Amino acid sequence: MTDLAEPERAVARPSLGELFISFVHVAISGFGGALPWARRMIVERKRWMTAEEFNEDFALSQFLPGPNVVNFSVVFGARIAGAAGAAVAFLGLMGPPMVIVTIIAVLYARYGDLEILSRILSGIAASAAGLIIAMTLKMAKPLFTKVGWPAAIAIVAFITVALLRWPLLPVIAVLAPLAFALAWVFPTGSVKR
Amino acid sequence: MNDDSPLTALATYFGLLSLVAIGGAVTAIPDMHRYAVETMHWMNDRQFTDSFAIAQLSPGPNVMIVALIGYHVAGLTGAAVATVAMCGPTCIVAYFAAHTWNRFKAARWRVALQAALVPVSLGLIGASAYILARAADKTIAAGVITVATVVVAVFTRISPLWLFAVAGLLGMTGWL
Repeated sequence: MTDLAEPERAVARPSLGELFISFVHVAISGFGGALPWARRMIVERKRWMTAEEFNEDFALSQFLPGPNVVNFSVVFGARIAGAAGAAVAFLGLMGPPMVIVTIIAVLYARYGDLEILSRILSGIAASAAGLIIAMTLKMAKPLFTKVGWPAAIAIVAFITVALLRWPLLPVIAVLAPLAFALAWVFPTGSVKR
Repeated sequence: MNDDSPLTALATYFGLLSLVAIGGAVTAIPDMHRYAVETMHWMNDRQFTDSFAIAQLSPGPNVMIVALIGYHVAGLTGAAVATVAMCGPTCIVAYFAAHTWNRFKAARWRVALQAALVPVSLGLIGASAYILARAADKTIAAGVITVATVVVAVFTRISPLWLFAVAGLLGMTGWL
């Protein structure tokens, strides 16, 4: 927490141009998820935010539905410069990857049936699946150290969506309010501090 | 645009999905698979896992799988429509939440809400892992790559890109 590289309080406010360039930078360096890169840029390098401010906006971005880092760009941009800031940060984050992915999509549509490409991708797909399993295990560790409603909710979400193949919308519509009620009544069942 | 248009389907589906994807784009993977592969038959299992692999390989947020599905269905317009639908609604929510969120830092409902959503998104990420592994691991060798990746990712801090490079190489040289 008291890393010397991180500011006590935010030292500067970026201009719209800087904001855009910075999120472009985050976008193109963010292999395998862009959030760690956003933190590095905003807190450690540019010092636009303290670690604590970052954690708060990060928590909000995670709790909101939809892509986390996209939410984060909007929340951070809005904090810096209102609607214009939000738009600029969003475009910086999404623009370049959109162009790159579109080029890849065109190439895949043309060459996706090539034997060699399909073999390379099937290797990477197997590895990518492993990464998500590893992420699940790391997240599950604090939640499954004790018996309680959080573990039960996670298991029900898994069974309904993965095994029963129910659509996400009704599952969330039931599970989210249920989990909220449980968290309200049994706050200690939560491992979140 | 009539109601049978794939663009309408993309916009409606991803627009709704974005509002229930608690915990990020990866939690929506099982539902995207259900809809794009099983319900709409837009793509097969292999094209779906290929898209995920490409999204993971490309720089930028991994929500980019949405653009790849959109492109597969309806070309460039499809990619744009799917991406905007997946990001638009939540961006608007995020914009308004940005101003109010920190005011309620200690509120009991906020604490409960955060505590409630963590296990939900964990279950969904687990579901993503299951769906992706089942679609990708059609051979024993692919299963071995998956397990090896899990072990390396849990116990070391080696960059995932190295794992992808090795896995891609093994695939290319015909081990799978």
